[in-house]
Amino acid sequence: MNIQKIRDILDAEVICGERYMDRNVKMACGSDLMSHVLAHIKEGDVLLLTGLTTPQVIYTSDAVDIKVISFVRGKQPEQATIDLADERKMVLLCTTLPMFESCGRLYKEGLIGCSEYDG
Amino acid sequence: MTDNLTSLRIQELAYELRIADAMSTEVISVESDATIMNVRETLRDKRISGLPVVDNHKLVGIISIENLLQSVITSGIEGRVKDSMVSEVVSVNSDEPLIYAVRKFDQFGYGRFPVVKRDSGELVGIITKGDIVKCLLRKLEVNFHEEEIEKYRASHIFEDIHSDHTTLTFQYKIKGGEYKSAGKQSGNLKVNLLRLGITPTIVRRIAIASCEAEMNIIIFTDGGELIVAVEEDKIKVNAIDEGPGIADVEKAMHEGYSTAPDWVRELGFGAGMGLPNIKNCSDEMSIDTKLGKGTNLEFIVNTRT
Repeated sequence: MNIQKIRDILDAEVICGERYMDRNVKMACGSDLMSHVLAHIKEGDVLLLTGLTTPQVIYTSDAVDIKVISFVRGKQPEQATIDLADERKMVLLCTTLPMFESCGRLYKEGLIGCSEYDG
Repeated sequence: MTDNLTSLRIQELAYELRIADAMSTEVISVESDATIMNVRETLRDKRISGLPVVDNHKLVGIISIENLLQSVITSGIEGRVKDSMVSEVVSVNSDEPLIYAVRKFDQFGYGRFPVVKRDSGELVGIITKGDIVKCLLRKLEVNFHEEEIEKYRASHIFEDIHSDHTTLTFQYKIKGGEYKSAGKQSGNLKVNLLRLGITPTIVRRIAIASCEAEMNIIIFTDGGELIVAVEEDKIKVNAIDEGPGIADVEKAMHEGYSTAPDWVRELGFGAGMGLPNIKNCSDEMSIDTKLGKGTNLEFIVNTRT
């Protein structure tokens, strides 16, 4: 699923990385627990949905090669977070939908979770 | 580069590059006061099918063979350019990303667009689809070479340096409690390892493990360091601190066991998955810890598979 479509489904705002909207993701993970992200995200093109907006989210995502993050519940990241994401050529989205609805909508449209991905 | 990566890179370049980077600056133009006769000669001599019309450096119109024929029919060859040119010209700005021009070609189906300076309207160039393709290919080739040269230098270090045993060592200092920059040094390490030509899958494992180790030093100690030794067939990371030490290593290795304070949990860490995760990501791991003295966590990832 490409990021453009994800943005449409979540009715999300693009915070940075607009130029990479044609990228594709194969699976998604919704978590506020960065320990979980580090331990369980599979290798491949992953979308991370999270309610955390600190710079750690970017550092953590970078370690596991996540290139697209959508913040849920309308949470806006601080500038430091945006700058770090920009440097790493990541796309940051922000949706007003809560976590459950965000994941539900994407899943209904066919985006699978990390545990289902077999690659 | 794989096909997929290449096409992604081309897309990125189309956004990164400006129209000014691709346009040709040698533009043949005509003034609006010139006669249709002049235009005919220029078109014939230069073997082109249209001309931008420029007065005082400013783009005021465009004239094509079709306009020229129309003009000959209505007012003969003595007619003036200003009477038969199209004055509503579709142009592009020189500072716009290349992708804008790509879209305009799709939208209008024209063969070329005049390029103007945004504020002054001064004609500075002309762009065709061919210009865009040439520019992208050139850039892609340059990038490819730079990447190759950089990789070559780094990944051949072990072959180029003659010794019985070669080790490259990186040292990263980590400040205790500085949770704002937690993960930063692991990010730096990751970039370096990729530059050395180490397989991305292996780099990813090391990045995850060192991110966890870095986090532990920040959470539990006043500071420490990561010492990374890159050898020909393996990478060894020592995360060393002079913190409180780990009271019960066996428990700490148990997934879900955590002694992290609340502020750490608010950052999304401290779920008791750190040490087990480091073990999962590495081929060997050991912990040397003394209460009140500090901890030396060592993990090794083999780079030859």
